[in-house]
Amino acid sequence: MFTPSPRHEEGLFYLLAAIGGLVSAIGLAAALYMEHSGHVVTGMNNQIVWGLPHVFAIFLIVTASGVLNVASMGSVFGRVLYKSRAPLSGLLGIAMLSGGLAIIMLDLGRADRLMVAATHFNPTSVFGWNVILYPVFYSFVAIYLWTMMERRMNPYTKVAGLATFVWRVVLTSGTGSIFAFLVARQAYGSALLAPMFIIMSFSWGLAVFIVVQATMYAWNGMTLPPLILKRIKNLLATFVAAVLYFTIILHLVNAYFAKNIAFEYFILFNSEFAGPFWIGQVLIGSLLPLALLFHPATATRVLWVNIAALLVIIGAYFQLHVFIIGGQAFPLDIFPGYDVKSSFFDGAVDHYRASLPEILLSVGGLGIAFTMTIIGVRVLHFLPQDDLAEIEAAGSITD
Amino acid sequence: MRYGVFLAVILAFLAQFAWADGRTAKPSIEIANPGKCVAPAEEMRRNHMEMLKHQRDRTMRQGIRGEPASLNACIECHASKTTSSVLGSNENFCQGCHTYVAVKLDCFECHQAKAKFKAAGLKP
Amino acid sequence: MSTPDHNPRRAFIAAAGAGVAGLGFTVIAPGLHLMAVGEANAATEARKAGTAASPAVRWGLLIDAGKCAPGCTKCIDACHTENGVSEKLPDPRQNSQWIRKIELVDKRNGRVTQLPMMCQHCAEPPCVDVCPTGASMKRADGIVLVDRHTCIGCRYCMMACPYKARSFVHTPLTEQNPEVPRGQGCVESCTLCVHRIDKGQQPACVESCPEGAMVFGDLNDPASDIAKRIASVPTTQVRADLRLNPGVRYQGI
Repeated sequence: MFTPSPRHEEGLFYLLAAIGGLVSAIGLAAALYMEHSGHVVTGMNNQIVWGLPHVFAIFLIVTASGVLNVASMGSVFGRVLYKSRAPLSGLLGIAMLSGGLAIIMLDLGRADRLMVAATHFNPTSVFGWNVILYPVFYSFVAIYLWTMMERRMNPYTKVAGLATFVWRVVLTSGTGSIFAFLVARQAYGSALLAPMFIIMSFSWGLAVFIVVQATMYAWNGMTLPPLILKRIKNLLATFVAAVLYFTIILHLVNAYFAKNIAFEYFILFNSEFAGPFWIGQVLIGSLLPLALLFHPATATRVLWVNIAALLVIIGAYFQLHVFIIGGQAFPLDIFPGYDVKSSFFDGAVDHYRASLPEILLSVGGLGIAFTMTIIGVRVLHFLPQDDLAEIEAAGSITD
Repeated sequence: MRYGVFLAVILAFLAQFAWADGRTAKPSIEIANPGKCVAPAEEMRRNHMEMLKHQRDRTMRQGIRGEPASLNACIECHASKTTSSVLGSNENFCQGCHTYVAVKLDCFECHQAKAKFKAAGLKP
Repeated sequence: MSTPDHNPRRAFIAAAGAGVAGLGFTVIAPGLHLMAVGEANAATEARKAGTAASPAVRWGLLIDAGKCAPGCTKCIDACHTENGVSEKLPDPRQNSQWIRKIELVDKRNGRVTQLPMMCQHCAEPPCVDVCPTGASMKRADGIVLVDRHTCIGCRYCMMACPYKARSFVHTPLTEQNPEVPRGQGCVESCTLCVHRIDKGQQPACVESCPEGAMVFGDLNDPASDIAKRIASVPTTQVRADLRLNPGVRYQGI
């Protein structure tokens, strides 16, 4: 893969940081345009109220929580090979969370009222809890990073890591609960969603970490030792299989209820979401990566493991697209047993197309995460360096 | 000695603000119904935001009607006699001072700024 | 969420102001009136100025779907006129609709019914549970409202509502009814014409129905029309299985 020569390295860094900054700035400009003109310039409406920005934002937020799993495996579960990866994982967590929160806050109808959101708190609302959960999450990760970077604080890494881990589980369960609490929606009202989002975060977080780590290694002309590659790819495969399992259970159980079968038929077979589900989420996002991660011809090669991680990320987009937008496209069943029609489009399937400002805002959030990461890894010495002897001496797993 | 000169210069510079009234542009706003305000002008200038804020919560959340700081009552009285609105130009009552002090007016995103406004076809 | 101001100086000024305002109201604000003027079927009395909404009262609607005429949209027109809802956006799915007529066709036998559907003013509103800032609120007398001073436009309440009752304002507005503030970026829904019922009038939709299909009143008052009707004929709540206990009841479905 491409390794820049020392002469070009600095220039390339500035170029990438500038591109990231530009993409973020365009996203902010799009948000300003949306705020000025109103949401009429978006493809969202009174039926599909959360669209592409929310797909990207939830991906970034869930993955930010999951990427910290790499650090937790080192600090909390004592797995030696992840300890050197913990600082990078912390940085990625902060960067991606910032990108995701930026999108969601800029998409608000009254984005100028963030102070109101911060000072008026409804204890029964998950969004209300998030106003507390996210800032504390930021502080925990910052303290955690500090315990790893400051030699004198190293003994406290374990406790900081544990606190971050527990907080993460609460936060991501909350993200799943945003949907789990929607009792009236056939796509959502299920307790399974809280743990499912946790597992999704593990899978997507590790996939993103693999891709970022691979890029950093390529940049620095390093290669991942086969021993570590094997452990990481097995872990990714486990998480991908777990997400597939949750998906199967969610749809099977939902389809068992007579009142929900019409929705399941719609989303799985009879809509514009069937393709994204089977090909995007299942094939590209789950089955292909599993094949690549286990097939003897590809399982030991860094290139194919990286491709599998990329496919998992692409599958994540399709999964959220089907989940968030497909779940809203199907009409609410207000009068079971009746076909309904109205001027407010009751009973009608909605079709959503993202408009340009929405696309720019969503990509801008990615840009913010990217820019923060690229500057962070340049300034901080977060490149994972492995002491193979230490890992092998530690036996197979723990220290 | 040097500090004394320095201090004198500073004080002389600051002294000009004692006569600031005559040298600073002030907003020139149209008072449509002089002499009938809910409270003295100084009091209103300092506190109208608090009065409106607390009263809006009493009306909105508790349903208390007929309070003195009703925004509609303010608009009815303060709307310009020519444009019948409290927005539109810097002579208009709300916009004039708010533009002068550069404080964004949030009220009229939702509230109607024109006095005696009838949305199309409203019954009287 | 916010507490009333307890500053004694302000309380004095408010009391003095109220006295002056009470006397001078018609002079200062000729367009504003507190009391109803001879409405033909006013079921309620105007609440005295300065008194809060009372939990002893629970406002509700009883709608007879059997009387609702096919093709008639008078309730929608009246509501949107009264509340200043007049936007016509290029994508009609972005237009606000506080009340709509739903045509129901029974899947088993093809029987057709129509009825008006609006915010059901639930006693256990899911929209109130999920609102992060508490803008979605239930007033003491049962009316579910959006406090647009605090609404940040996140649309979570729209996701939570089982009745698709809420709309989001997609454009800047300038033609609002002074008594019904509504604006860009905030979520809104049927207010049961709270500005009218506080004056002792009926909601606009109820008053406009030529078939008399809608009855408005105090569900907690056994002597009111609506309570007597509900006690004597079978009525249903839409999606009663969700146990939200809506204040809007239907007859004939």
